[in-house]
Amino acid sequence: MNSAGDLASRWATNVVRATAIGLLAFVIFGPLANLLLWAFAERWYFPAKVPQEFGLAFWVRVFQPRGNAVQSLLTSVGIALMTVAFCLAVAVPAGYALARLKLPWRGFILMLFLLPQAIPNLPIYVNIARMFYEVGLNGTVLGVVLVHASHGLVLAVWIASAAFAAVDESLEQAARNMGAGPWRCFATITLPLAAPGLIASAIFVFLESLDEFTGTYFVGVPDVITLPLLMFNASMGGNYQIASITALLLLIPSIGFMLLVERFLKADVLAMVGR
Amino acid sequence: MNRKWAGLLLISPALLVIAVFFLVPLGLSVVTSLQAKGGGWTLAHFEKSFELYTTDMIFTVAIVLLSSALIAVVAIAIAGYLTLGEHERTRNALRWLYRWPLFIPFIVTGQVMRTFLAKNGMLNHVLVGGGLIEPLAAQSMLDWRGIVIAFVWKQAPFVTLLLAGAMASLEVQHIEAARNLGAPRWRVLLGIVLPQVRGTLLVGVVLSFVTMLSVLSVPMMINPNSPTMMTVDVAYRISTHGDYAVANALCLVSLVFASLGAWVYLHHAVKRVGVA
Repeated sequence: MNSAGDLASRWATNVVRATAIGLLAFVIFGPLANLLLWAFAERWYFPAKVPQEFGLAFWVRVFQPRGNAVQSLLTSVGIALMTVAFCLAVAVPAGYALARLKLPWRGFILMLFLLPQAIPNLPIYVNIARMFYEVGLNGTVLGVVLVHASHGLVLAVWIASAAFAAVDESLEQAARNMGAGPWRCFATITLPLAAPGLIASAIFVFLESLDEFTGTYFVGVPDVITLPLLMFNASMGGNYQIASITALLLLIPSIGFMLLVERFLKADVLAMVGR
Repeated sequence: MNRKWAGLLLISPALLVIAVFFLVPLGLSVVTSLQAKGGGWTLAHFEKSFELYTTDMIFTVAIVLLSSALIAVVAIAIAGYLTLGEHERTRNALRWLYRWPLFIPFIVTGQVMRTFLAKNGMLNHVLVGGGLIEPLAAQSMLDWRGIVIAFVWKQAPFVTLLLAGAMASLEVQHIEAARNLGAPRWRVLLGIVLPQVRGTLLVGVVLSFVTMLSVLSVPMMINPNSPTMMTVDVAYRISTHGDYAVANALCLVSLVFASLGAWVYLHHAVKRVGVA
């Protein structure tokens, strides 16, 4: 009797568990599945539950050589690569200084690097757009790169600093004791050991730039059309197929990184973020 | 002494970028919102902002607060089960599931929800198909509910990731002692685990709060008509009227909302820096 009751209650717990996981799976994947349907829908009119006709006609339209999607993709990737180069060039020395060197006004400097995360970026973008308009940077690729870089830099500095802080200092000491100069020690010990964290920060900056919308919306128009802007225009124009295909293009790197992030960003580095 | 200046030299390019692309535009925003047309200072732009957009301000704060609260609840529930759950397969499934939206950009979230929550979207088809609602009761959720759902869907995994990480690094003895004394898991979670990771939860929720305050794409795509969020109003003032004064006044009002959260966050972050 008792064991039968136990069995029943265990069975009930299992049903509750399975239902909860199933519901969560629907909440997570339902919206994504809906996007997939739209991306492959040739015709889909209310009140059909699924498209009346599937096909690749819109994919052909998006990827035709003269189509603006290919152009936007190239623009987006180019801007993201330049943003990464700029951010790393600035963030690596800054991160090293924050992690290893004695800094005057350290608390104040740290706060300066925390502040941009704690403030809505809309006023920043609106006024950068005005500043850029004065100097002719509005609607240029360089202008968009600078906006993306200023946004990505804060994150890059944090992660770079955490990556350097996680490197075991006694290894550097050993190299120095054996006669390696500071540069040699940095290039052969510190930098290779911090590399996974730095790669993670580069990927973060790349993704942030690839996905950035608000800054590009104000600074890039009308000449620089990145993938997010193309998606937005298609969606607002009511072309759900084009919008969904573009959204899928943006989803691939995001989800790929989500699956890989732990390879690069180990717990020991994560624990040092913001210290 | 030498090393001190070396550090300053290494960090100066980053500081320069922050100054030019963050502090200067921020200053410009303050000046623009307070400057009268002929020169001199005025509060007229703020008066006009409140006159035209008070409803939207309330709408914005309500949506962002509600979303933040829901994000915290979801994050505590998922991270809590990942830490204290006893069924390993469920834990693994949960860990695999919850993080999918982690790096999906807001603009894609907007598009995804625009199709999912529409009147003929998948949500309604599933609800009708499952017999949960009548076909005639199907309604579009593309209003304030859509914005909240999009925000929680996108932002909860981020806070959960932070929170689960913090919970995993806690001492297990306390938790096991409480479990051995027969405390139910939800009480262990709320009474023992949560107080120790309060700081991490706070940082995650405040960062989400500030981020949501300045997202333009989601409200524009899901609910562009009045009442809407202040970011949409700012974009409208600029693109339709070229009215930077009122746009900046609106920006500063949302900055005041954010600064409350930001103060809490900076306070905590600096304290942690001090301890480390």
